[in-house]
Amino acid sequence: MSRPILEVRGLTMRFGGLLAVNEVALRVDEKQVVSMIGPNGAGKTTVFNCLTGFYQPTAGEILLDGEAIQALPGHKIARKGVVRTFQNVRLFKDMTAVENLLVAQHRHLNTSFIAGLLKTPAFRKSEREAMDFAAHWLEQVDLVEVANRPAGTLAYGQQRRLEIARCMMTRPRILMLDEPAAGLNPRETEDLKALIAMLRDEHDVTVLLIEHDMKLVMSISDHIYVINQGTPLADGSPEQIRNNPDVIKAYLGEA
Amino acid sequence: MTRNLRTAFFSALLVIAVSVPVFGLKLTTVGIKVEVHLGDALTFWVIAACAVAMFFWQLFRTRLAAGWAASPSLPTVPAGAGSFFTLPSTQRYIIIALVLVALIWPFYGSRGAVDIATLILIYVMLGLGLNIVVGLAGLLDLGYVGFYAVGAYTYALLSHYYGFGFWTALPIAGAMAALFGFLLGFPVLRLRGDYLAIVTLGFGEIIRLLLRNMTELTGGPNGISGIDKPTLFGLTFDRRAAEGMQTFHEFFGVEYASINKVIFLYLIALLLVLLTLFVINRLLRMPIGRAWEALREDEIACRALGMNPTVIKLSAFTIGATFAGFAGSFFAARQGLVSPESFTFIESAIILAIVVLGGMGSQLGVILAAIVMILLPELMREFSEYRMLMFGALMVLMMIWRPQGLLPMQRPHLELKR
Repeated sequence: MSRPILEVRGLTMRFGGLLAVNEVALRVDEKQVVSMIGPNGAGKTTVFNCLTGFYQPTAGEILLDGEAIQALPGHKIARKGVVRTFQNVRLFKDMTAVENLLVAQHRHLNTSFIAGLLKTPAFRKSEREAMDFAAHWLEQVDLVEVANRPAGTLAYGQQRRLEIARCMMTRPRILMLDEPAAGLNPRETEDLKALIAMLRDEHDVTVLLIEHDMKLVMSISDHIYVINQGTPLADGSPEQIRNNPDVIKAYLGEA
Repeated sequence: MTRNLRTAFFSALLVIAVSVPVFGLKLTTVGIKVEVHLGDALTFWVIAACAVAMFFWQLFRTRLAAGWAASPSLPTVPAGAGSFFTLPSTQRYIIIALVLVALIWPFYGSRGAVDIATLILIYVMLGLGLNIVVGLAGLLDLGYVGFYAVGAYTYALLSHYYGFGFWTALPIAGAMAALFGFLLGFPVLRLRGDYLAIVTLGFGEIIRLLLRNMTELTGGPNGISGIDKPTLFGLTFDRRAAEGMQTFHEFFGVEYASINKVIFLYLIALLLVLLTLFVINRLLRMPIGRAWEALREDEIACRALGMNPTVIKLSAFTIGATFAGFAGSFFAARQGLVSPESFTFIESAIILAIVVLGGMGSQLGVILAAIVMILLPELMREFSEYRMLMFGALMVLMMIWRPQGLLPMQRPHLELKR
């Protein structure tokens, strides 16, 4: 078995009296698609928020390549290559699609004030490369035609794809997708499945997925974690999860 | 119908309630007492007529509106024209044309006109600077005048105590204002929207009160006077030069004319504005400029993409304040006198109005709005009592007619290379 890129131990998040996440453990191997499923309100997004530094977990350890990251602020975790999308798409709505992609490359660009003022050759080169990289990914997610439209005016499925492309601009190692198929039609869901598979196979990205679309989860995941009421319920391969009586009970209730 | 009748009745009442105290009552000073007298009969007839007109207007408004909609529509500006004027490339040509005109006309204009134009340019600079903070980064700053004051006093104090010239003090004033912008940025990092507005408002007032009360250093309410005017490579524009200096008219062997000084000040202001425009134009196309806009749109998404909101906010505050510092030190040089009363909240409000009126983020809009905001009160000096009234009316009309501003910013069109 290969080395885990992300390991989570005993993750607990308490909001006052509410125990939202209780002793969750995850192990994500490199270049895999790992899914987290569970009924609504199970605490999946809370786990995401803890992993990406939006919440400070009450207890537990988050290890990225063996390095503890649970105390870091969100933008520092993102710089280490852990990037996420949001359940309700969060694009820069008034900026165009291509501008959204340029903004996301902020960390990799020549941000020197003087270089930008004087438009030095190094600055032009850095900007041109950013533009090419953005153009490349617009093509990958089939958004070239709408590159100069404000992101907020795009169709919902296009916004979802743009958000994933924007994450790819930061050259992530782990991509965390929070319900990427929500609101997509079956056709778009199929495209999304192909996109996720491509990210894993061609771009060596590890994908952590929260999703309610069981067909998508079962067909693409290498490993699945089930969370119920903040507590880990089961984990295993799609086949194991499908036949796990506890999981069936959690989803469908007692027979 | 009864509802309409009631609305109409109260609207008419409101007209009377507002206009009788404003127009109908006159205050006259008799000896040391102030007496209230009623206005003449004509005023009251006009008020009554207005109230009646308002009554009927409110009563039949819906029917009139329906009739209006049914009538053939008036020819309107084609939809394309609006966007044509706000395209970045068109804006560039318009700006170049404006610059040429701005360079040439003062030599043919009157002294008063050039003076007002200089004032307008100061406000253009302030508007452009505030545009970074409010229009681009989306941080509502109501204390911008504080940085303006810091810039003005920096030059005034340096000139008064150490005899610094304008050109050496200018970068120092910018740096001081930047420092204050940076310092203000820290406590307000966590704040947004209304809360941020309140804190920055307080900051502006604190600066003004400090300047007012540090009498030893700043001269208190009297301010500092006798500030040196800018020189042209050491040549002054006074009639007689101070020791060791030479005057402009002596050096070039021309007749002394006081308008030369006014034109020179105007040209400096123009230079500063052009510099500001250039820097901001570049900033917009730099990563930091895009990051400001991204921060305005969605701070959480920024963080998720590895951008540090703290740095982005602080840079917006700092760079925005720098331009206020430049404007301030020029203001001090032009007036020759600074006092805390030049930096009251109303100044902040006017600068913010310029940004909002012009269209958030749009530079040509800011220039246009600065001209409107400064020129209108000057042209209508006879109505100066109603200045605030017109100011308010203009704002209300704008919000109804063009809530996005006179010339809203358009997104740049970026070509993808294939």
